[in-house]
Order: sequence, then C-alpha cells, then structure tokens
Amino acid sequence: MGNGLTISTLLSAFGSTVLLAALSAIGALVLGTVVAVLRVSPVRVLQLLGTWYVNVFRNTPLTLLMVSSILGATFILGINLDPTSIKGNAFRWAVVMLSVYHGAFVCEALRSGVNTIPDGQAEAARSMGLTFGQSMQHVLLPQAFRGAIAPLGSVLIALIKNTTVAAVIGVSEAANLMQVTIENEGSGLSIFLVFALGFVILTLPLGLWLTSLSRRLAVKR
Amino acid sequence: MSASVLFDAPGPRARRRHALLAAVGLLVFLGLLFLVYRKMRDANQLHADMWKPFLTDRSVWRDYLLHGLWGTLKAALISIVLAGVFGLLFGIGRLSTVAAVRWVSSVVVEFFRAVPVLIMMIFAFGLYTSNGVFANDVNPLAAVVTGLTLYNGSVVAELVRSGVYSLPRGQGEAGLAIGLTPSQVLRSIQLPQALTAMLPALIGQFVTVLKDSALGTAITYGELLSWSKILGSNFANTVPAYIVAAILFILMNYSLSRLAVYVESRLSRRGRTTLHEAAAVPAPAAAGPQT
Repeated sequence: MGNGLTISTLLSAFGSTVLLAALSAIGALVLGTVVAVLRVSPVRVLQLLGTWYVNVFRNTPLTLLMVSSILGATFILGINLDPTSIKGNAFRWAVVMLSVYHGAFVCEALRSGVNTIPDGQAEAARSMGLTFGQSMQHVLLPQAFRGAIAPLGSVLIALIKNTTVAAVIGVSEAANLMQVTIENEGSGLSIFLVFALGFVILTLPLGLWLTSLSRRLAVKR
Repeated sequence: MSASVLFDAPGPRARRRHALLAAVGLLVFLGLLFLVYRKMRDANQLHADMWKPFLTDRSVWRDYLLHGLWGTLKAALISIVLAGVFGLLFGIGRLSTVAAVRWVSSVVVEFFRAVPVLIMMIFAFGLYTSNGVFANDVNPLAAVVTGLTLYNGSVVAELVRSGVYSLPRGQGEAGLAIGLTPSQVLRSIQLPQALTAMLPALIGQFVTVLKDSALGTAITYGELLSWSKILGSNFANTVPAYIVAAILFILMNYSLSRLAVYVESRLSRRGRTTLHEAAAVPAPAAAGPQT
C-alpha cells in the first residue's frame, strides 16, 4: 500500500460512511413507516399515494437522485441545505436522497411483514371481542414487526453499501477516498482489498446477527 | 390484501372518516406538488423553451438520449448474461458434494455480495486503464460490466441455491432411488425446475442491473444518466433533462417488474412453486435491494 493511504484517513472515511448510513437509516425508517401506513390504510386515495411513492422511487437509480440533488436542486433550483459549506450541503443531500430512496424499500419490507399474518389471526382477535386498537396492539402489530425483521435487515445492509453512491457528489466517504487514492497511486489489488474488507466488516456480522434475530423471533406457524 | 387483514368493512361513520382522511392526504400531496411547482417556476424551469426540445428537436433523442439508452441497455444485457453464467457456476458450486468446492464458492459469493458495486467498478476501471487491458473506449464499459456481473452473479448464485432448496425433497430422493448419481439428479431433475422457479426473481434482478448501470457515470461510462447530464448542459435545461431520464428509467423498470409479476402468476397457475424476490435470498449476510 502506498503512503497516500493512512490509517487515520481510512478511519475517517469509513467514519463518514457509518454516519451517513446511520442518519439515512433513521430517515428511511421514518419515511418508510409513513408510506407503509398509507399503503395498508383502508383509504383508497392514501393507498394510491403510497403506491405511487414506492413505484417512483424504487425504479429510479439512486445515482440519478444523487446527481440531480446537486446539479439540479442545488445549482439550478437553489435549494442549499448548508449554505456555509459545499461539503456540508452535499452530505445533507446525500442523507436526504438515501432516506427517500430506501424509504420505498422500508415500506415494502414492513408491508411484507403485515402480509405474513394469516387472516385467521385478525378474525380470531375480533371474534374474541378485542377492539380494533386491542387487536392491533396485542395480536397483529407484534407479528407484523417480527415478520418484517429479515427484509428490514436486507434493506439496512443495502443502505450501508449504497452510501458509496454519495461519492458521485463528492461526499468524502469510503468510495470517494478509494477513487482519490487510485487516481494518485494507481489501482492496486491491496487498495481494493482494504476497502472491500471494510465493507465486509460493516455488513457481514450485521447480516449474521439480523438473520439469527429474525429466526429467533420468527412466529412459529 | 393486507388491508383486509387489518381492517373490518367500514360502517357509515368509518366511511365518513375515510373520506376526511382522503381529503387531507390529497391536500398534503397537492401542497407538496405546489411547493415543487413554485421552486421550478422561480428558477425558470417551467418555461416552454426548456421542455420543447424533447418534442420538437430530433437531435435531443438521436444524439443524446438514445445513445444513453443504448449504453444502459448494452451494459445491462451483457451483465445479466454473464451474471447468469457466474451465478449458475457458483450456485452449483455451493450445492456440490465436494466440501472444498462448496467452501470456495460460498466465500466468493458472500464476498461479492458484501462489497458495494461502485467499489468494484472503481477498482476494475483503475485496473483496466492503468494496465491497458481493453481499448481505451471499451475500458469504462468493461469496468461497469465487471462490477455488475460480480455482484448480480452472486445474487443469482443464491437464487439457484434457494431455488433447488425450495423443491420438494421427494424430487431429489426419487432421482437417487432410480439410480441416478447426485450430479445427474442436480442436472436433470433439480436445476430445470429450480431455474423455472427463479425466473420471476431473475427478471426482478434485471431491474437492479438496469438501475446499477447508472453508477457507470462515476467512471465516465456513457449511459443514460451521463448523456442526460450532457444534454442538460448543452440545451441549458438540466432539471428537465434529469426528469426525462428518470421517467425513462421508471418506465423500463416498472414494466420489467410487471413482467416479473405476470410470469410469477403464470407459473403458479400451472402449479409451480416460485421464488419471491424477498424470500429468495434468505441466507446469512448481505442481500437485498441494491441501488
């Protein structure tokens, strides 16, 4: 490895990857939950709005969202999220776009959790005399969340990997550092392995833990 | 379907409440739409001159957007074919009766599923350009295809494996009982059924490939996003150019997703088991919707 790449620059790059992922995960969870509530609501208009959101953002490349946030939204429309610094603006837009994009996938994960509940569960709850609120609280939602853990985990891992797309708008995270390093010193296998290993460390244990969690909490049927 | 699990048929009061909620939802949506409209208007993005070229100027399509579409489709088609080969190879590898083959295939598949596509593209691009592996104008395409193939090939490998696992046990047992060897059972009984079962998930994977090909813009590959960027600066209509590019992507990907749903319903009508995208890759580690 050349001397351009030091442990401290590496750690700070992966630090912003983690920060980017954490903030976007919160944003995506909030947005996705709202859209999921719209999609499972009994109101036709709200369902359509939710479906529309999912279809639009699930089918648009994240790269296009990222690029247009800077070249379109900031430069042309003048929506600057951090007027004090260019880097800050790019970082905040990256969080917004990652949240918006993955919100659509979070919605689908939550909905697939709801879909794991057999009809009989709701019917049984109602015929026992539980009110709407009670059957939601004690019967339906606990099962829905347990069923949603595995797909939500996949979304989280995809989100961590997709933070690299923020490199196209100059957010200084891992992929950006890798690009700069390769430009300066050429493309060596060791550089690739260092960055690849960083992502393996970030995603593999998390994936194993989430899988075991979803197995442990799975509703036995 | 989910609505029927959670909610009862509405009575008169609930129906009134639903109408109110619908009105509120619609108002919020229109409000957001109006905000976007005002921003665009203030930035002069709604002027007819910005949008007219898409309808009147043939060079917009001939010299920019069609080039971009061709670049995107070319990269995606080559990648999905190579990913199919890669996936079949390593998927069978993971099912092998030889422990060493199984182990190596698992490491390869898990590794390439955990590494972001962009990281692989940047590395491949750097590698190809500094060593002059391909001609200069082919290097970006080769790097895009490399990244897409390695990631999506690993996902296809998982599809192959879970496709075989999703078959009834009796299929394999019957094959062994009539005296076929394990590899004959895999080749002539399990794989043909597994490949049919994974067809919908495979079409769904093509959506991921199409979307991920837009990452090529980071390594100077001329796909739809890159060409709409150039179009936007030459015609001074950046925002409309991106919107048109997004619509083209959404149209392609949405019709592919519908096709996947259609194929799945066809297959299940014929009594075949199919793999859902979500259920298809349950194994430990990194799966899920990529870019």
